[in-house]
Amino acid sequence: MSDADDAVTDAGFDDWLDAAEDGAAYYLECPDDHTALPPRRVCPDCGATDLEELALPDTGEIRTFTVTHVPTPAFEEDAPYATAVVDFGPVSLTGQVVGIDVEDVETGLEVELEIATSETTGERVIGLRPA
Amino acid sequence: MSDVRVAGTGLTPFGNSPERTSRDLFAEASIAAFEDSGVPREDVEGVFYGNFMGELSEHQGHQGPLMAEAAGVQAPATRYESACASSGTAVREAVTRIRNGENDVLLVGGAERMTNLGTAGATEALAIAADDLWEVRAGVTFPGAYALMARAYFDEFGGEHEDLAHIAVKNHENALSNEKAQYQSAIEVSDALEAPPVSEPLGLYDACPISDGASALVLTSESYAAEHDLEAPVAITGTGQGGDRMALHDREYLARSPAAREAGAEAYADAGVSAGDVDLAEVHDCFTIAEVLALEALDLEPIGEGISAARDGRTTADGETPINLSGGLKAKGHPVGATGASQIAEVTDLLAGEHPNSDHVADATTGVAHNAGGTVASATVHVLEVME
Ligand SMILES: [Zn+2]
Repeated sequence: MSDADDAVTDAGFDDWLDAAEDGAAYYLECPDDHTALPPRRVCPDCGATDLEELALPDTGEIRTFTVTHVPTPAFEEDAPYATAVVDFGPVSLTGQVVGIDVEDVETGLEVELEIATSETTGERVIGLRPA
Repeated sequence: MSDVRVAGTGLTPFGNSPERTSRDLFAEASIAAFEDSGVPREDVEGVFYGNFMGELSEHQGHQGPLMAEAAGVQAPATRYESACASSGTAVREAVTRIRNGENDVLLVGGAERMTNLGTAGATEALAIAADDLWEVRAGVTFPGAYALMARAYFDEFGGEHEDLAHIAVKNHENALSNEKAQYQSAIEVSDALEAPPVSEPLGLYDACPISDGASALVLTSESYAAEHDLEAPVAITGTGQGGDRMALHDREYLARSPAAREAGAEAYADAGVSAGDVDLAEVHDCFTIAEVLALEALDLEPIGEGISAARDGRTTADGETPINLSGGLKAKGHPVGATGASQIAEVTDLLAGEHPNSDHVADATTGVAHNAGGTVASATVHVLEVME
């Protein structure tokens, strides 16, 4: 995005996207092994405040997915696109499946993280590419 | 715990009226509720109002006092926002206040203006009920989120799109006699199966429409109803609320609604009833799959079996436990902030014998209203019973 340098970022979230682009995506873990995604100061499960950043596993498995034909305006040019919930082990996350025809997406498919770009807005999007 | 009488109910028609402001919609619903109740406006001690997207659709925040004014009520007013469960939450708060003895008469309800946004705009506005950073920015829409749950359900328990189509057919059928419903038109299973996809596996007929509308209730204490000789045979006897992690991916189960289970268990215990006592229910079928998840969460169907309830006739108008005799969100419409209180209005009228579909449930004494927000990170459940 041309004016990305001027845009106000979302601390914690954009930092995570930066890390993911560098192949260093992470999740947070509390002393009781509860896991979560940033930005977060407190473990949502137990309230612990000493959260450690640990490396997100390289690949995950699609738990469920949908192919969206009626998007919000921010994804008008992207539709139809596949959105999936992916289990990376310690955490799951939601992203857009890229690098594969939407008809070929299936539950159980192994994918890896790849920060993609919305065709509509040029904004960064969490992408998931078949591993 | 004392019960709370539903002294009056009022609904606008739900549907397509893009030019009407939410203050106008709520005014109409409140006039109907006051007329139905026989309670004078000056006895109202507070307004509890649900609304979700007023900032986006009307550039209007701070809607509480605006709605008290629109209803002609001089009393403190608060807006409640819990996405699609906004007025369910407002009802729960009002019930709690009356039971605690703090108030005797409250005006409760909600309104939403949506169709002025158009399909794309309303889709964008509805999406903000999800986690903006981790879901919406990945392209998750409201139908998309329920589609993720629907596929997870099929994978875990079986079932297919045709089972969901039977839910849409049932709810359209129920709405035929409801003059307030957005759709008073019968559909066939084939219509639903052949409709364009919205977010696969869900198609156009799996989704509730985009709607404008308002709902209002006049709630009173038992003692106020008795002293003023109100004709208010139905009471809210149980209330419950549940919560869950905001993002679907942070939940252990993708095809269950623990927040609704928690709310239902609390409401049943509060009323001293069990699922087996429930004669009818209005559940939050924003999408056909949502009705399945609601039935299972409320223990009206075993886990994994709710998918066949409509197809096999257990939840149809003449089935064991009729579900969404109003037409549900699917056919009655879903003006988001109005929905929760409108479900209370429908259950009240069904139990009181004042609903066009009351004949199907002539002996019913116990009804349930289930209202859900987002992918059920918020849920309220209310039990209503005939008292006299
Ligand atoms: Zn923890």
